[in-house]
Parts: sequence; structure tokens; C-alpha cells
Amino acid sequence: MRLEIKDLHVHYGKIEAIKGVSVVVNEGEIVTLIGANGAGKTTMLKTISGLRPVTSGQIIFDGKDISKVPAHERVDLGISQAPEGRGIFPGMTVLENLEMGKFHRKNRKAEMQEDLEKVYHLFPRLKERVSQAGGTLSGGEQQMLAIGRALMTRPKVLLLDEPSMGLAPQMIANIFRIITEINKTGVTILLVEQNAQQALQRAHRAYILETGNIVKEAKASDLLDDPAVREAYLGTGAH
Amino acid sequence: MKIRNYWNLRDFGASIWENAGRPMRVAIVLISILLVGLLPFMGGSFLATPIASFDAVLVYPVGMFVLMSLGLNIVVGKSGMLDLGYVAFFAIGAYTMAILGTTTKLNTWEIMPIGIAFAMIAGVLLGIPTLRLRGDYLAIVTLGFGEIVRLVVLNSTWSKGPNGIANIPMPPHFGPLKFELENQRLFFWVVMAMILLTIWMIRRLTVRRPGRAWEAIRQDEDAAELMGVHTLKYKIWSFTLGAAVGGAAGVLYASKNLYIAPEMFTLNVSILILACVVFGGIGNIWGVIIGATILGYLPDRIRFISDARLLVFGLVLVIVMNFRPDGLLPRKKREKAIVKKGANA
Repeated sequence: MRLEIKDLHVHYGKIEAIKGVSVVVNEGEIVTLIGANGAGKTTMLKTISGLRPVTSGQIIFDGKDISKVPAHERVDLGISQAPEGRGIFPGMTVLENLEMGKFHRKNRKAEMQEDLEKVYHLFPRLKERVSQAGGTLSGGEQQMLAIGRALMTRPKVLLLDEPSMGLAPQMIANIFRIITEINKTGVTILLVEQNAQQALQRAHRAYILETGNIVKEAKASDLLDDPAVREAYLGTGAH
Repeated sequence: MKIRNYWNLRDFGASIWENAGRPMRVAIVLISILLVGLLPFMGGSFLATPIASFDAVLVYPVGMFVLMSLGLNIVVGKSGMLDLGYVAFFAIGAYTMAILGTTTKLNTWEIMPIGIAFAMIAGVLLGIPTLRLRGDYLAIVTLGFGEIVRLVVLNSTWSKGPNGIANIPMPPHFGPLKFELENQRLFFWVVMAMILLTIWMIRRLTVRRPGRAWEAIRQDEDAAELMGVHTLKYKIWSFTLGAAVGGAAGVLYASKNLYIAPEMFTLNVSILILACVVFGGIGNIWGVIIGATILGYLPDRIRFISDARLLVFGLVLVIVMNFRPDGLLPRKKREKAIVKKGANA
């Protein structure tokens, strides 16, 4: 299940947010897209998941161009996104949130219990909070819920939008550890991050996005040692 | 441990309902229906309205407001779309009844499905292009739609323009029961039946997939789409069902009033119905019913103070919304922590 983005252009009104980006995510990889605020990272993910329309270019998944497929049908194809800012349903309980992930699966009744167990295994905290409203969870728990809910759709490619945003360092490490774990179960991951340090350590390959353009593509470990990248994204306090 | 908070009417009501067995529930429902059904005979009590006759007030505004508020609540309360042009569907139903009733031999009950169908078609036609909009933008477009419908009937010859349409036939007899203007009991029972049907429909849908989808859309539309909810389809469904209820109310209104004119379908009606929904408690059908009942009934009950009644009406709105900002009977707030057994296992 290879995801390939070819010469993608995306506009917000007249403003061009993505200016001809090409990205390849091979099956089984963790690929990260790093960049500063306003670089177009979130727009990239929203376009891949179908929330934003494509101006021109192609999104090829499993050999087919899906750039015209509506978002709710891309879920069936196996693309699932955990939205930025933990877009969970605040008024639904943890269990109801997770059940929403099965909304469009055909044999949801048969899969439900099995997948719930899988999610609880990855995130034991969610099991403790099953009947608590999503909006009352802590930031880290909400992030877990967003990822867990995305997993309930049985994705082939999981799109993660800044899972570390606003979390305590320990929680960040925890989330990234789980991301690696999810990847080992065979889920391809496209990870968008500002926390370049953690993202580059976990990913296989990385792209650097600057104001709508890819400025660099390399193995993640190479970028960690790249002086220009260290300067721009890892900061002096990086360790 | 069970905490019963007698001041929290919603939870109190819910706890009685949840603790009741099936026969008890049937009894509660039947007794409530009977009590409400007997309301038109209460005209001699303290409930009586000066000037307008009590059973007429029960039909319009009270019954009609309740019906329309329930319809609007599907759109505003369940799926979270602000519709400021709800009166348009009421007008479409009313004009369908007026035109077909005066030009053909069809009676009210035969026109009813046609009126509902027209309102639903209008809902779909308006919904497909506009429901891609959200929040304030949707509110403005629907507001415009409400005005367009009014202006079209005001300026068209087929609708007799500002003169309106008179001599609309009443509904035919139900066996020995006759619809009459002096005694509107029968109208009240018909409105009541329509309200019950609407409640039943909403309750059925809420616990099923459409309810889940609407709830998800209301809370986070993007996330709902990402979960595979066809958001546009469910939004159009919600809009169209709301339109159907509005259209049904319109047909009955025209057939009861015998005369309709464009000035009856102004923006005020849309706002007033929305006020009923907000006043009672957005999203909670019992709250909406109570809100619409009070806002429909109050102005007629205090009609003896003539123009000052609108002042009192406004004052009541302001005071109540200050003390109960979520409405009289708000929907369950899930954002607060709920501790259930097993949650801390």
C-alpha cells in the first residue's frame, strides 16, 4: 500500500498553501514531514485525508488516484487521520468515541470487540476511562483517544498530525513509543511534527517542508546529523 | 449510590423513567397523553386566556409552536446547524394547502403528504448547495431563503400576492367529530397526534445511526468526516426531516386558519421558533416542548395588559436565560465527568 503524492497544489482561496509537493510513503514505513508553523504540514494531511480539495496534482494510493474521492470514502480505502488538536468528540464517552471509528465499517459488529481490545492494549489508560466524556480527559489522554479512534477504522496508512503538541515531555516520549509499536503491527505512518528531534529519531525517512515546498528529503538519521537541519529545527538545546 | 436531585428536573425525570419497568412506562405515557388530551376542557380554570378562546390558543400558537420547535430542534439541536429560515418550510406547507385546497377537490389529509413532500424537496434543494457552509454562513443563507420564499409569494399572481388566499377548506369530518372554528378541540388533538408522531420519529432516529452521525457532526464535523460519516448526506437528512415537520405544521395551520397571507411568514416566526428551542433547552425534546408551550401560551395569557405583554415577554426571556443559560431543561452535559460503576476498575 504505497502512498504517493505527485506535484500537489492546494489553495485556500487565492493563497497557495502547497506549491507542488511530491512525497512518497512506502508500505511499512514511518515517514515524517517536519517544518515550522505555516509550512503547510497540516494542510498536507488534510488534503491526503480529503478534508481539503486538491487544486492540481495526484494522490496515488494502492495504484489509484484518490484525489477526487470524498473524505468519508477514503476511510474505507484504509487512510485514517488523527486530527490536529486532538479532534475528538468532547461530549461522547471514550467508548463512544472509539465506536465512532467503526461507523463506516461493514462488519463493525464482528470487529468491534477485537479492535477495542487492541486499542486498550496499546493505551491501557483509555480502558480505565471508558465511560468518561472525551472532553474531560487530559491532553495526553485525548491524543491517545484520537490515535485509538483512528486505529478503529483499521487503517493501512495512519496520518498523525502533531501528536506531541502541548504535551509534557514524558507523555511525548510515551506517544512516540506507541507510534513505533503501531508501525510494527504493519501500519504505515505519515507523521507531521514540529518536534523534529523525536520525529527524526522514530522515522525511517523525512521530508522538510518550508512554506509549501519540500526543501529536503533524506533518511531520518541523516537529517539528525545535518548541521543545517540542526540549526533550523533542532535548536541549540537539542539533546 | 444513587443521588436524586429533585431540583434537576431533567435528571429527576430520567431517573424515574429508567427505574420504571415496561408496564410502568406505558402507564406514564398513556396518563400523560390523556392529561394533555384533556387540556381543552380546562378553559374555565386559571389557565384560561382572556380575549382569545383557550382551545384556540392551545392549537395556535401553543400546539403549532411545539410542533415547529420539535422540527427545528432536529436541525439546530441534533445536528448543530443554525437555521434562521425555518418559516420557509411552514410557508411552503401552508401555501400548498391553500392553493390545492382552493383549486382542487383534495381534502386536508390528502394534501398533507403533498405539502410535506414539497417542504422536503425545498429542504433538499436548499440543502445540497448550502449545507457545505458552516455556522454563521449557513445561518445567513437560510435567513435569506426564508425571506426569498416570503417575497416570492408576496409578488406572485398564483399566490394572490399580498392579498393572500382565503376560503381554504377545513379538514373533513372524522365520523361524528366535526372540525369547527368555535370549538377547536379536534384541531388540538390532531396537532397533538402530529407532535407525538414527531417525538416518536426523533426518538427512534436518535438512538440509531443517524443520531450518532448527527451527534458526531455537531461536536466536530471534520472528525466525523474522518470517521467515515457522510456528513453532507446526514446534514441534508436532518435538514429535510426538519423541513417535513415544518411543512406538516404549515398544511394544518392553513386548514385551520382558512386564510393565509405572506405577512404571516416573516423572519419573526423563524426567530420566535428558534427562541422556543433555545429557551427550553437546545437538543432536549422535553425542554423544547416546555419552552414552546410557555412562549406560545404566555403572550395570550397576559393579553389583558395589552401592549405591555411584549415587555413582560421580553423580560421573562431575559430573566430565564440569565438563570438558566442552557435553557429550562438542558440536554445532558457530557463534558462534565460522569462516574459510572466499572469506570475505575
